Amino acid sequence: MSTSPATPSAAAEPAVKAVQVHKAFGDLHVLKGVDLTVAPGTVTVILGPSGSGKSTFLRLINQLETLTGGVIEVQGERIGVKRVEGKNGTSYLQTLTDKEIARQRSHLGMVFQRFNLFPHMTALENVMEAPVHVLKMDKREARALAVKELERVGLGERLDYYPAQLSGGQQQRVAIARALAMKPDIMLFDEPTSALDPELVGEVLGVMRSLADDGMTMIVVTHEIGFAKEVADQVVFMDGGVVVEQGGPEIIDHPKEARFQDFLQHVL
Amino acid sequence: MPHHEPMDGEGLPIPNRINAKPVRKTGQIVAAVIVALLAAMLIKGLITNPRLEWNVVWKYLFNENVLAGVGYTLLLTVISMVVAIILAVILAIMRKSLNPVLRGVSWAYIWFFRGTPVYTQLVFWGLFSVLIPKLSLGIPFTSVEFWSINSSEVITAFNAAWLGLALNEAAYLSEIVRAGLEAVDPGQTEAAQALGMKRSQIMRRVILPQAMRIIIPPTGNETIGMLKTTSLVLAVPFTLDLQFATNAIASRIYKPIPLLLVAGLWYLFITSILMVLQSRLEKHFGKGFEARRVRTKGDVPPSTTDSKIEKQDTVNKDNQATMLGLNA
Ligand SMILES: Nc1ncnc2c1ncn2[C@@H]1O[C@H](COP(=O)(O)OP(=O)(O)OP(=O)(O)O)[C@@H](O)[C@H]1O
Ligand SMILES: [Mg+2]
Repeated sequence: MSTSPATPSAAAEPAVKAVQVHKAFGDLHVLKGVDLTVAPGTVTVILGPSGSGKSTFLRLINQLETLTGGVIEVQGERIGVKRVEGKNGTSYLQTLTDKEIARQRSHLGMVFQRFNLFPHMTALENVMEAPVHVLKMDKREARALAVKELERVGLGERLDYYPAQLSGGQQQRVAIARALAMKPDIMLFDEPTSALDPELVGEVLGVMRSLADDGMTMIVVTHEIGFAKEVADQVVFMDGGVVVEQGGPEIIDHPKEARFQDFLQHVL
Repeated sequence: MPHHEPMDGEGLPIPNRINAKPVRKTGQIVAAVIVALLAAMLIKGLITNPRLEWNVVWKYLFNENVLAGVGYTLLLTVISMVVAIILAVILAIMRKSLNPVLRGVSWAYIWFFRGTPVYTQLVFWGLFSVLIPKLSLGIPFTSVEFWSINSSEVITAFNAAWLGLALNEAAYLSEIVRAGLEAVDPGQTEAAQALGMKRSQIMRRVILPQAMRIIIPPTGNETIGMLKTTSLVLAVPFTLDLQFATNAIASRIYKPIPLLLVAGLWYLFITSILMVLQSRLEKHFGKGFEARRVRTKGDVPPSTTDSKIEKQDTVNKDNQATMLGLNA
């Protein structure tokens, strides 16, 4: 396998490229060779039944789990490991330092199913936290940025509310603002609306739609088929740890594989 | 029913506001009367019993030696708790470290200091300068020595007292801290990692503040326990604490009971102060958890367009209204 050197060469370089990705938790082989390429500025929606490894795949991209096999590149740079020159012309793989991992993560924003807001901080403090303590941004500057991001997700009037005082939909929008404040190039969403009451799903999807319109590169795991049809540039159906079918959003209306047809019948 | 127009907090009328009288609970009234009677009997007994010798209590309550004892007891409690808390956090973080050496050291520390009586440990610290006359820093089994000092200069009776108390307490507290750290949702760490925060930042800014909420109540318990454990420092021997001071007076004037009362009253007084401090801390670290509309000062109420928030508010105001009704 030849990996390209980590230089930002052509504009057409994929935002994320996964080649034969494997993940095993002990004896449990969860991902069994996933290939996926995500072009910059596009929205990829990952569909699939529970336990098919969708969350695991997203978590690998963000290095919340470590890769068992295969290669993931983010903007052309291999994540998690680097090749080191050894003696007499040999080379070997070495895990990255915490600092290098943090740098690679800085290109990625992640939104979780259960929001994971910091409950002891207000909405504003949640969004300011990383700019101040990771980017070492000046407090006043960070505050202005946080206000802007919260206004962008429609929460300009909830700055001083604690997460416990916000509805699920509002909490998830704060979580999106918190990720956006770090100016990521790629946003990962792991079932962002699954923990929400049905009447609150729309407000979160609305924010995601406008993000997509602004040209954000997004990988979204969701069961919202309508959102996938409307917003996705690429749809991926995973089952049993492999990509079973992939293509444009039209494959949702015309699935080829029996497993995908089956899945869609159960979801719709 | 009185017919003035009922309003909510924002001046909007609430039609048909329910103003029901709470159902009468006879059992509660009977219980209250019995308890009040018993309490009155107890107080009368305490005041009028001549054997308690309240005049002696009063005479020695603000005795110079007693006050110094209160001071030393407080000082010992505060120093040993502060040192113990710092050590306990370090031990708890070591216990959860990826490094097996650190985990092992932490485990062994807790095993040893929890496994031996604090009295024994205090005796040991008292004898320290006899057992180990010189403290030095150097390379073992060689004559290389960078620095050394006589133990008796460092390990004075007072230092031995708080050191012994703190090292013992740290072992207990570290288990409390560990339980607190483990109670924080792992999703918090993941979210912080995804934001690019470092391990130390995640611990300090995200995990510890949330763990504090769980750590503080049992730590308050431990602090009050420590207040009374300080009386064991006579094992060192350190002889200026409250218990020892009152004992000394009691044996001099042959009046043990009134001086026990003196000590007891002071311990109660300090405990009350500590309890106030604890509830302050609980409030501080509870913010965001019991949060229902905690607004910072000067914050203009946001124009409510959200149904959920509005619903919560209404519930709150109802509660307030009932409270007022009961008081009136
Ligand atoms: N840390 C872990 N340790 C062990 N097994 C794990 C771990 N994380 C995930 N798994 C297992 O991996 C499999 C895939 O999990 P994953 O969460 O990726 O599925 P998913 O497609 O996201 O499902 P869902 O729709 O329910 O979220 C499951 O069988 C799960 O039990
Ligand atoms: Mg999942």
